[in-house]
Amino acid sequence: MHVDVMPLDDPALGPDAKGRFGAFGGCYVPETLMASVAKLAEVYAAVRRERGFWEELRALLRDYAGRPSPVYFAARLSEQLGGARLYLKREDLNHTGAHKINNTLGQVLLARRLGKSRVIAETGAGQHGVATATAAACCGLQCVVYMGAEDIRRQKLNVFRMELLGARVVAVETGQKTLKDAINAAMRDWMATSDHTHYVIGSVMGPHPYPQMVRDFQSIVGRETKVQMAEATGRLPDCIVACVGGGSNAAGIFAPFISDAGVRLIGVEAAGDGIDHVGRHAATLCAGRPGVLHGMFTYVLQDDDGQTLPVHSVSAGLDYPGVGPEHAHWKETGRVEYTACDDRAALAAFVRLCEVEGIIPALEPAHAVAHALRLAPQMDGDRTIVINLSGRGDKDVVEAGRLLGRDLQ
Amino acid sequence: MSASGDRIVARLRPGDGCARGALLPYFTAGFPDSRSLAELIHVADALGVAAVEIGFPYSDSIADGPVIQESFYRALEHGCRVHDAFSVAAQVRSRVACALLAMVSYSIVYRYGRDRFLTEAAAAGFDGVIIPDLPVEECHDAAQATARVGLCHIGMVAPTTTPARREAIARSSAGFVYQVAVAGTTGERVGLPPELPGQVRELRRISGLPVCVGFGIGSAQQVRAVCDVADGAIVGSALVRRVGEAAATGVRGGALAERVRPYLAELMSGIRVDT
Repeated sequence: MHVDVMPLDDPALGPDAKGRFGAFGGCYVPETLMASVAKLAEVYAAVRRERGFWEELRALLRDYAGRPSPVYFAARLSEQLGGARLYLKREDLNHTGAHKINNTLGQVLLARRLGKSRVIAETGAGQHGVATATAAACCGLQCVVYMGAEDIRRQKLNVFRMELLGARVVAVETGQKTLKDAINAAMRDWMATSDHTHYVIGSVMGPHPYPQMVRDFQSIVGRETKVQMAEATGRLPDCIVACVGGGSNAAGIFAPFISDAGVRLIGVEAAGDGIDHVGRHAATLCAGRPGVLHGMFTYVLQDDDGQTLPVHSVSAGLDYPGVGPEHAHWKETGRVEYTACDDRAALAAFVRLCEVEGIIPALEPAHAVAHALRLAPQMDGDRTIVINLSGRGDKDVVEAGRLLGRDLQ
Repeated sequence: MSASGDRIVARLRPGDGCARGALLPYFTAGFPDSRSLAELIHVADALGVAAVEIGFPYSDSIADGPVIQESFYRALEHGCRVHDAFSVAAQVRSRVACALLAMVSYSIVYRYGRDRFLTEAAAAGFDGVIIPDLPVEECHDAAQATARVGLCHIGMVAPTTTPARREAIARSSAGFVYQVAVAGTTGERVGLPPELPGQVRELRRISGLPVCVGFGIGSAQQVRAVCDVADGAIVGSALVRRVGEAAATGVRGGALAERVRPYLAELMSGIRVDT
């Protein structure tokens, strides 16, 4: 299967010349970072048109990351639900176990193009950190990963994986000691090191051009899905469901379908203990308001003074008080529907996919699975749903064991 | 120009218009508490500082180093809100001669409501506003709104700023232009970069405004070196660190300010007193 990775110019996709998706996006960073961000935007705008860059990336994605990832018809689960036919886009089968590698290989190639010898990254659960360390090792760049001290405690295995891959993991002891604090720490590093360092942001967030660039790198997911669904069913899917934290796996699978009006797109956020519980969920689009965080204007979870609220989700990868600005735009235009699933529903979906299909999903896409479980029975049997299974659950088995009453520590 | 802008310029370039150099200390609102902050401002004013910068604590400040971050977390833990910073300014305004500047993230300004924030800041007695994460491309409307309420919009120029941007930032600024001394976050540095004097001279030339230098300054010697080329030196982390050390001994209010006074006086010794 040959799927082009060079970005398509769909006029329905942003951003505009000022880095805006409708009202959202932009660039709200300290002046010290503006030169680096502007340079990155300029170089990336040129690279977008360079066939050679994308051919190099395509070869790496195929030979190193194992693309294309299959689309699998979940026959037993579909039959149990008695409605729409469920297909799983198997990003969990990529090298390093998630969609994150699509972005990190692209950005590390770009870092090399920019002449940078060092990359830095933030990580929550560790998936993006592992994917960045992997890409850096593959391309011979130095790598430092910032990770909240609290997350380090919970994800010791991923810390060691990053170290095996040659990265240095720096514990972030400020704030809540989780993902948002790791992003702050990475940006602070970049303030002083941008002459030789590229910051590999892990999602479709941050100042322009990151939301566009990460979406472009992740769009391979949706482009493959389109071809694979045509091969399997002879037409477009009726519905695509993806989980949304920062929103990169969702943006990647949604973007190639944005102009296919007949395809229903649904983003599923983490409702944690319930979206009525302030500080106990991460449903930014469902329960937040427009504001500024981490260099972008987007939906955020803040108090009335602009202070970031605490967030919670069973899945560390969705545990973020902001969201990519293009998702905020898609919400405003109504092109994408956003909903939320709580911890309990996600955990039940996690267990069900293990038992019925023999696939252990990450807790993040378990949220998407949970919503599909609600949706499928309401749809006719000739309809199709694609779930973006954005990562595998190996990293989550200890946490799942704890929640299911089995202490594996 | 507004009366407020007058106060900033008059404090930075007094009387004969000759620059002598000035000190601009930075304190975090609500750290360790509002009463101590008011006393610190009084002490600084009595020592002859040109302006006091009041930092509004923010949960996710990117530009700040560990000392100021820590002061932000402490202040927020103790429940410091935007209106508390306004209250302190309102309380000291009539009793101090120095200018008062608000240093605040756009995240806060946007959520609070830009015009509401600016109106309340002006009413509280602030003279100028510095929004470090509002780049010049986005600041046009905000700068106009700031001027409408009689406040100065003070733009920041970094060592990495291109000449074209530097000019745009200078044009958007009023009162003075803030030259960031070092690429990186706030915090004390051993030395200041050799390029700094050239950058400051260029910025003064193109802006026609006073230029004050901040980030990395923490000694009387550095204050003197900066004031040889600039109109003022801004000292933040080094001072907030001492405020924190004093607070850790349990003192508050006037007693805390007295503990910090010798360091402020030492910094002031870096300012030339001759004419």
